[in-house]
Amino acid sequence: MAQVTSPPEPAEVVSPAPARRYSSDAAGLGRLRAGAFVAPALALIAVFLVFPALWVIYLGLTNYRLTGVAAAEPQFVGLDNFVKALTDPEFWDSTWLTFQFVLGSAVIGQVVLGFTLAWMLKDRRGTLKSVVEGLVILAWILPSAVVSFLWVALLDRDAGTLNALLGIPGFAWLLDYPMLSIIIFNTWRGTAFSMMLYGAALGNVPPSHLESARLAGASGWQQLRDVVFPHIRGHILTNLLLISLWTFNDFSPFLLTAGGPDGKSEVLAVHVYKVALQNGDLGYGAAISTVILLINLVVAVFYLRLLRSKK
Amino acid sequence: MAAIELRGLTKVYPGGVKALDSLDLTVPDGEFFALLGPSGCGKTTLLRTIAGLETATGGAVVIGGRDVTGVQPGGRDIAMVFQDYALFPHMDVSDNIAYPLRIKKVAKAARHAKAAEVGARLGLEQLMDRRPGQLSGGQQQRVALARVMATQAQAFLFDEPLSNLDARLRLEARTFLKKLQRELGVTTVFVTHDQAEALAMADRMAVMEAGHIRQIGTPAEVFQRPANTFVAGFIGSTPMNLLDAVVRGDTLEVAGCKVPVPASARGLLTDGEKLVYGVRPEYMTYSAQPADGSLAGDVVILENLGASHLVTLDVDDVLVQAVVPEGHEPALGERGHAVPRADRALVYRDGELVSA
Repeated sequence: MAQVTSPPEPAEVVSPAPARRYSSDAAGLGRLRAGAFVAPALALIAVFLVFPALWVIYLGLTNYRLTGVAAAEPQFVGLDNFVKALTDPEFWDSTWLTFQFVLGSAVIGQVVLGFTLAWMLKDRRGTLKSVVEGLVILAWILPSAVVSFLWVALLDRDAGTLNALLGIPGFAWLLDYPMLSIIIFNTWRGTAFSMMLYGAALGNVPPSHLESARLAGASGWQQLRDVVFPHIRGHILTNLLLISLWTFNDFSPFLLTAGGPDGKSEVLAVHVYKVALQNGDLGYGAAISTVILLINLVVAVFYLRLLRSKK
Repeated sequence: MAAIELRGLTKVYPGGVKALDSLDLTVPDGEFFALLGPSGCGKTTLLRTIAGLETATGGAVVIGGRDVTGVQPGGRDIAMVFQDYALFPHMDVSDNIAYPLRIKKVAKAARHAKAAEVGARLGLEQLMDRRPGQLSGGQQQRVALARVMATQAQAFLFDEPLSNLDARLRLEARTFLKKLQRELGVTTVFVTHDQAEALAMADRMAVMEAGHIRQIGTPAEVFQRPANTFVAGFIGSTPMNLLDAVVRGDTLEVAGCKVPVPASARGLLTDGEKLVYGVRPEYMTYSAQPADGSLAGDVVILENLGASHLVTLDVDDVLVQAVVPEGHEPALGERGHAVPRADRALVYRDGELVSA
């Protein structure tokens, strides 16, 4: 890309003396000036991304609290917070719930539903397609606060729309099935991204390949297996990577269930919030955040490995 | 092996575009049949309708005596080579060739044996482990052909099989395809927009325009006696001379010159009638000396065709072309006389051939 802007090389050949003014890099700027151009961006990234991340790691090694003595003079406690987290059953419960949440709402819910919608709408034109796409995307672009309120209104025990529709007043969805509720909520909320991504990906599958399979007598499932999935493998893995990480760190379940009842829907993002901000144990919360960061890294590396393996 | 029969086949696309207009066509068992026409004429739609990839709006497709109009593509017992070959990039050559057999639940060993057998026949034995991305265009085409052959279908359909090859390879592939089809003896319909390709390969061909078949015949028939001015203008590497003419007794007045009425139209014309006189440049004899029944004019353009020259004469502001063999090329600006061969000249009335 930078080569496009390279200055005419012959200048160097003609007179070697001014050559030191141009450096051998593509843009001819030299390290110093090139660095100066990049510096503002690097500074912003450092201040808003790298520093907080490092700060969280540091906080995780202290007994820093929101209030009290430890807020004024936090003490360095080494790996105590990490040991505490890894030996705390609540942490493992939250991790297990997060795993269910990611698998249920992202990997199964959003991917399967998003792909199914994209596949069904692939060759359609007109009103039906516009309406379905419009509704799905609407669920995605509405602010979390609004959406959560709508769902609380939908699932409310006494005056909820769903109970009224089903004719079962008094059924407490958010209390009796908190995980199922937030999984379905998040599937509904996030399917648009997968649907749009797969919609674009399916447009790249050559029609002749599908037709070739049809002529061979391949069923719908065989066409998916032999033509479509191999073609959009990269899209599927990229999609899984993104929505797995997003869902893992998603805080909006808190807006529906507040982690309850009795921690039954307390996914890790909610757990950290409770530990750090409700209990005021910032050091411990930071340690858990660091563990979440590590888990995210492992997930990302796993998908990236898959992406790179045999094209 | 089976004949393909189309009865009143009609295809109307949503939006009202009539791609095929009540076509009747029979391709006998074992024939190599070409569908030729300019882009948008419906030839590919016709092929895809035979394959079942498009649903006919009306009429019937009969393959091997079985009406398959409502049958899914996979149930028609036909195989198709696509213009882009449609090889699956994630499968090696062997798996690609064996794919239709895999769908038919042929055991793994048996289908790979079949793939190896067909592959060897097409000279692919060294390439069986490669992916399509690692093959040249010509090799990819042979893999696509091998996949079709491995199916042992009743009929083959080729959609522009040569258009993705470069010019040199295309000629080789043309000869190769024709030989292969002859050896296999499988009824084959192929689509092309290249008239030279159709003439060279086909046993018989149909020339299409705007959803209609304008002429069906052997390449010789279509070349020598185009049934209408559309076919006359479309067929031939040098376009046919189509000149306005008026009947004057036993002669035709063409561009101020008098030429005899062609043998095929004798006794069918009325005096004073306005017609179109057609003769191929290949069927013109050029001479520098005045001759009876010739079209005389100044040489305005000379085009080298290799072993011959295409000479363009300006005959009373009408351009007339003639092919002149090597060694007899005129000079630019010279006065020339082109004599049409009476047995090859044709007369068209309202665009249709006048013939007994």
